[in-house]
Amino acid sequence: MRSFQRRLSEFEARGVRVVGISVDPPEINRRQSQKQGYTFPLLSDPKTKIIRRYDVLHPGAGPKGGDIARPAEFLLDSNGIVRWVNLTDNIAVRARPEQVLDALNQLSPAGQ
Amino acid sequence: MKRRWNWPIWVGFVVVVAGVFSYEFFARLPITRDFPWANFLLFGIGIALLIAGLFRAFGRPQVYRGKIFGSIFSAITVLVIAFFSYEIFYALRQVPASDGAPRVGQKAPDFLLLDQNGKPVGLGDLLSNSKGVVVIFYRGFW
Repeated sequence: MRSFQRRLSEFEARGVRVVGISVDPPEINRRQSQKQGYTFPLLSDPKTKIIRRYDVLHPGAGPKGGDIARPAEFLLDSNGIVRWVNLTDNIAVRARPEQVLDALNQLSPAGQ
Repeated sequence: MKRRWNWPIWVGFVVVVAGVFSYEFFARLPITRDFPWANFLLFGIGIALLIAGLFRAFGRPQVYRGKIFGSIFSAITVLVIAFFSYEIFYALRQVPASDGAPRVGQKAPDFLLLDQNGKPVGLGDLLSNSKGVVVIFYRGFW
């Protein structure tokens, strides 16, 4: 998340929005945003409704055995069609902003 | 006669402990982010020192101390590295398959959720006036 914030201007320059989704309630997300300086939306899905709809639920992996989201990244085009997906097989290894920027460059070469 | 301090045992053990507690630090560096090889390097150095110390303690017990605490430190080291390896090579890789996740070419499911300011944000809002959206699911800060 920090790395996406650091390169947020490069996404903004391409007209691409960044959004995070987790089970954390808005209070936690507000505190984290202030602490880490996140300026993109962190959305709260405490009942895992959307997380389930995307099939990115990690059952029982949260504190006290709660359900949380597994790390996953989706790049959508302006019509909401998925153009690139990253589903890691290692919780410690998540998509880097440069991977998504590369995918963006391949989908719509710079200068358009 | 007083026997000499067996420093490799102590230093080796401290290096192993440092290898565990530096995990968070190395996880932030680009070159050690995806695989904690720096931590395993520290474990290797620590083990080498511990073995050298044990050879001294058991090989020349009349000169060097460390038969008892060298054995205790070595046992703790084995347990610590076994647990660390279990986490890195097994536990972190237990990720659900997510076979039903939206694929390339499919329409992403809609959502309407509260942001950090308590304001509802929908996928439609994010898509309007933009050329795309990066949706990042994350485990959360709890």
